[in-house]
Amino acid sequence: MNDTLSFLKNIISISGLSGYEAPVREKIRSAWEPYTDEIHVSRMGSLHGLRHGTGTQPRNSILLAAHMDAIGLMVTGVVEGYLRLTEIGGIDPRVLPGTAVTVHGRQELKGVIVSPNRNLLPDVLESKAVPLEYLLVDVGMPPEFVNENIRVGDLISFDQPPVSVGKDLLLGHSLDNRASIAALSGSLSLLDGRQCEWDVWAVATVQEEETFAGAYTSAFKLRPSIAVAIDVTHGAGPGVPEHKTCAFGEGPVLGWGPNIHQELHKAMKRLAEELEIPHEMEPLPRHSGTDAYAMQVTASGIPTMVVSIPLRYMHTPVELVSVRDIERCSRLLAEFICSLDGEFMEKLALDKEL
Amino acid sequence: MTENGSLKISDEQVSLLERLCNASAVSGDEAEVRKIVIEEVRAVADEIKVDVLGNVLARRFGDGENRLKVMLAAHMDEVGMMVIHDEGKGIFRFKLVGGIPAHFLPAKSVAVGKNKIPGIIGAAPIHLTSAAERQNLISVDDMRLDVGPDNGEYVEIGDRVVFSTEFADHDNAVFAKALDDRIGVSILIQLLKNAPKNIDLFAAFTVQEEVGQRGASAAAFELDPDIAIVIDSTPANDQPAWDEGDDRWSGNKQYNTRIRKGPAIYIADRGTISDPRLIKHFVNTSHVEGIPFQLRQPGGGRTDAAAIHKQRSGIPSISISVPARYLHSPVSICDILDWMNTQKLIYFGLVGMPGDILAMEL
Repeated sequence: MNDTLSFLKNIISISGLSGYEAPVREKIRSAWEPYTDEIHVSRMGSLHGLRHGTGTQPRNSILLAAHMDAIGLMVTGVVEGYLRLTEIGGIDPRVLPGTAVTVHGRQELKGVIVSPNRNLLPDVLESKAVPLEYLLVDVGMPPEFVNENIRVGDLISFDQPPVSVGKDLLLGHSLDNRASIAALSGSLSLLDGRQCEWDVWAVATVQEEETFAGAYTSAFKLRPSIAVAIDVTHGAGPGVPEHKTCAFGEGPVLGWGPNIHQELHKAMKRLAEELEIPHEMEPLPRHSGTDAYAMQVTASGIPTMVVSIPLRYMHTPVELVSVRDIERCSRLLAEFICSLDGEFMEKLALDKEL
Repeated sequence: MTENGSLKISDEQVSLLERLCNASAVSGDEAEVRKIVIEEVRAVADEIKVDVLGNVLARRFGDGENRLKVMLAAHMDEVGMMVIHDEGKGIFRFKLVGGIPAHFLPAKSVAVGKNKIPGIIGAAPIHLTSAAERQNLISVDDMRLDVGPDNGEYVEIGDRVVFSTEFADHDNAVFAKALDDRIGVSILIQLLKNAPKNIDLFAAFTVQEEVGQRGASAAAFELDPDIAIVIDSTPANDQPAWDEGDDRWSGNKQYNTRIRKGPAIYIADRGTISDPRLIKHFVNTSHVEGIPFQLRQPGGGRTDAAAIHKQRSGIPSISISVPARYLHSPVSICDILDWMNTQKLIYFGLVGMPGDILAMEL
């Protein structure tokens, strides 16, 4: 618990907005180095860690993908010392006024997102939510200073410190998807010293929140036998209909739908039951909204699976996640990897009718 | 400030403001700030009492002839929320205490009750809302306070809730919750510690300003001063204005006040017409001392002066505020030079206060 929690607090305190993941990638690299035999960075910026299996060559491999990029904002203009902004990833502008941010200019500057007083805004917005185009960032400094230190294209990340809530929960920004990075890191450490037949590619992908560019390209480069996307999903909580959510704090979630290979799902579900890891099935009738969507159709196709961690208030600065769920996810992934043997791929074959 | 020389904001004063801002003191529950105030002023006050409402009233007497009795007031309370209903599993309903614009609430981290239990005012994920929904403001009735299932038992109906913003400053910018009116409290503490000898200084650290200037009324009756000066924080609505004709940001003529333009002297707001003799005196003081100032655009808003000036047989009053942005939000911003200049202006205004100011023509 303490290891997972402190690692997670650490990696959500480091920026890594989509397309600019380098700062957090270095932290993840140092966490993975002790548990991998090779580690390198793809030409798109994704982190690839390889753990050798014990099976005879050519060995099968499993790719575990968790995206390391985070949502945030970007400067689109400077007006009288205030910054205009656009979003990186999907953000409901209604959560932004009053949000503390860090502006990554010539130096890092503290700022706050503000909505100008109603009398300064178009009349049509009267009693409406203020759209992103009218929100501004104030860094509290005079216009001359801002003009010198901040430019169009500079990144803006949320400045919400991590906070432990009760015995099990963590509040913070970017838990989508650093929670899954922590789950993947945890599974690598659980594998330490164990014998597993398959090669394991641990991959921290880039740009999931925008184009899935990391997942497409890493899956192509590494060409795994199977791939698992680890991501977050909507946990039940206030303000959202229960039928659109999964139980919160009650175990990882196994995706089911067109992005998911049915036999892979079933194998993981059987294992969760054997291990008595509480879990839930999440129907994903179309796009899973995860890296699995990209990896599945890479090269000549890859059997994919989605394992998710329920999270409240996704894509806001105050996401909330259960650390116990992350650890359950780590254990399920580690045990799944160890369960993979020479016959596993045959179970997935769909050409039996031939 | 006199013998000690410096009128600048010292590091000690910044760290005192940090303690004041990080403390929770929603209207009606000002104990945490009151404790800091008493610690700070006990040693310098000639008389100090806490009245039945919770105001801290401290008198410091001068030693000249015909001393004017001057009340200086700054309010200790801040806007916040109160827990009103337990929905189970750590989820609660709440109501607002004081005027927090509802658009500041979604997706904010908060602290609940005396033990500052961490919580969230959540917001639905963008994935589960429609574009049409996102055009509408979220009403407070649709928001919930979430402290997580483990901590639900430590939260009670009636607990106060504040934003959990931590104080920060860089260069001359201060970022904090509750600058309204902890900045005024910090100035009043400093003035009491350095009280000019030509007056009797009656300091009122008031309660419940944000719910109708209720503490100030009792404080003014009890202190029975000749005049009153209210030290508060006032909105700098000095963001650019959207020009609908040109469809672009342009000059703003309805700013109320502007930061980095000096202390804001009130002429009139919704609750008080400032005493013209006091306006003239402070404007003159700033000219003589070379302290920048601005006249707050007359109009809305109110301060403790609204209650004070009508107390007893009338107490001529004025308000002087530190301009600050985004008051009543999770993060307010002010400038240290405005803070310093407000402190200086009031200090020199007191030093030069004619004992017979009220005998002057209105």
